[in-house]
Amino acid sequence: MSRESRKLARKRENDYARNWKGPYRSYDLIKEATIAIGVMVGLAVVLTILFSSPDDKPSTVQQWARSTPADFVTTAVTELDGSSGTGGYGPPYNHNADGQHIAFLYPQKWLGVSHPIDTAADYVINPLREINGEPVTQAAVSAYLAAPAKLQTAWTDAYTKALANATPTAGGSALTVKPGNYGPVPIMMNSLLQYAQGGGLDGALVNSTQFYQTDYTKPLLFMADGGVLSDRAQTQHLLGEQWGMMNETGSFPGQTWLWLYTFWYQIKPFSTSDNADILVMAVMGVLSLAFILIPLIPGIRDIPRRIPLYKLIWRDYYRGLADPPKAGA
Amino acid sequence: MSAVKDPNLNDKNWTVKVRNRAVGALPPDKLLPDGVPAYVSSWIYVFGVLTLAALVVIIGSGTILALKGPGWWHFTGIGHFFNSIHLWSVELFFFVMVVHLWGKYWMAAWRGGRAGTWITGAVTFLVAVPCALTGYVSQQNFDAQWISTQAKDAMNSIGIGSFFNLTNFGQMYSWHIYLLPMAVVGLVGAHVLLVRKHGVVPPFELPSARAADAAGDGGDVVHNEAPLPEAGASATTTEGAPS
Repeated sequence: MSRESRKLARKRENDYARNWKGPYRSYDLIKEATIAIGVMVGLAVVLTILFSSPDDKPSTVQQWARSTPADFVTTAVTELDGSSGTGGYGPPYNHNADGQHIAFLYPQKWLGVSHPIDTAADYVINPLREINGEPVTQAAVSAYLAAPAKLQTAWTDAYTKALANATPTAGGSALTVKPGNYGPVPIMMNSLLQYAQGGGLDGALVNSTQFYQTDYTKPLLFMADGGVLSDRAQTQHLLGEQWGMMNETGSFPGQTWLWLYTFWYQIKPFSTSDNADILVMAVMGVLSLAFILIPLIPGIRDIPRRIPLYKLIWRDYYRGLADPPKAGA
Repeated sequence: MSAVKDPNLNDKNWTVKVRNRAVGALPPDKLLPDGVPAYVSSWIYVFGVLTLAALVVIIGSGTILALKGPGWWHFTGIGHFFNSIHLWSVELFFFVMVVHLWGKYWMAAWRGGRAGTWITGAVTFLVAVPCALTGYVSQQNFDAQWISTQAKDAMNSIGIGSFFNLTNFGQMYSWHIYLLPMAVVGLVGAHVLLVRKHGVVPPFELPSARAADAAGDGGDVVHNEAPLPEAGASATTTEGAPS
């Protein structure tokens, strides 16, 4: 078929579909809408009675510090030396990386730092400075801050290695490591651990300078740098490689409409790329645009005509064409 | 029905212009019809109105949750009940909307100048996705913690994390109960008005009719004047929403 004849065929198809001049049947829009609302209310109530909804209590920094003190302290040390996930994240939290990109497109970098987080100051130094009545802790913080950066790194590196074999003291309020050159870091970390176990760090990390607050970015990123959330998520089959983005706790359907978005994370090159998120968002952006513009995309818009499921949908209509009712019948 | 023009009013009156245009495009009997084309005869037509009905339940249950505040449902049985209604109506909404979309795709419902109807429907689906996501991260439970810390990277990677920060409860709650629902309701309203204005897409012309027409014995192009049962006589088996 030539281009011109395809164009004519499409024009004919559109003209044919533009206005209906055939018979109508009686219909009560308001009644149908009312019945539909009743059906949906009924279905939602039945599903609610049968399945309820999930509500697993949130994790807290206090629970984390009490249940897995070694993981808490190991994470806190990475915040102190800037090697944590948040520490090296880049925008919108800090300038320590450029963030993800596609070719020459760096939107993460271009939009800049909107939620500044200095992991050492925000997660360790500042909370420790808020602890009153502990001169040893304050002296340790001062000593750490006064040390050259190279020495600070040497202390935190050595302490991080030692934490692999750390043992909690009775009650778990401190960690014991083999003797080594860790500077003031063990004192700082054990103080931070006790502060967190007492619940003080949960409040200290809330990102606000005023009485009212609603931003939990800092405590959430801190917990996400450790294992407190991911350990729970793994037991609930919520990790990324477990299609976690679309699932929720328990056996609930979750956000099944995100299946295609989550699918890309399961396959290469996305599953192994450092730029997976922006790549997946780009793919989904293109697919979403195509979805919106289906009426304008040759080929895709023609499939319904070529695979005639419409004959099933309008089977009564076509039956009427083949066998028109006789006059007076 | 055409718009009534009052000769005493100035043609430059903006209100009159808007009213005449609105009534001309959607006269009352077109806006609230009491009849549908006879070919509207399949269960697939029900899914459009079911999507609207689910949206009504979502907004109703969400309004109750909003009135009582974001923490209420965690510590009261009645609150948990309405949260469950809200959750399941969202699940139902997406299910019936996806069926509706697939149905409209296989009808090629954009034919005959109805591309705008398809586009508003497709955009509604895409806007409903972040509307639901912001609900999930506003739950103040472990799901909210996990989903927000996992999904933030995608938002940050395209640079929108500054105003769409999934770990900021206050911001997400605003998006969830006001900004995105307004967008969804606005889009659905536009979609429904377009359906009412352009009507439900007629069936495809059968290839045999096209061939007959090409051979010169098919008359003009308006084959959809083919005889069908009159209103109420019913070759139709199922009432369906013209959406």
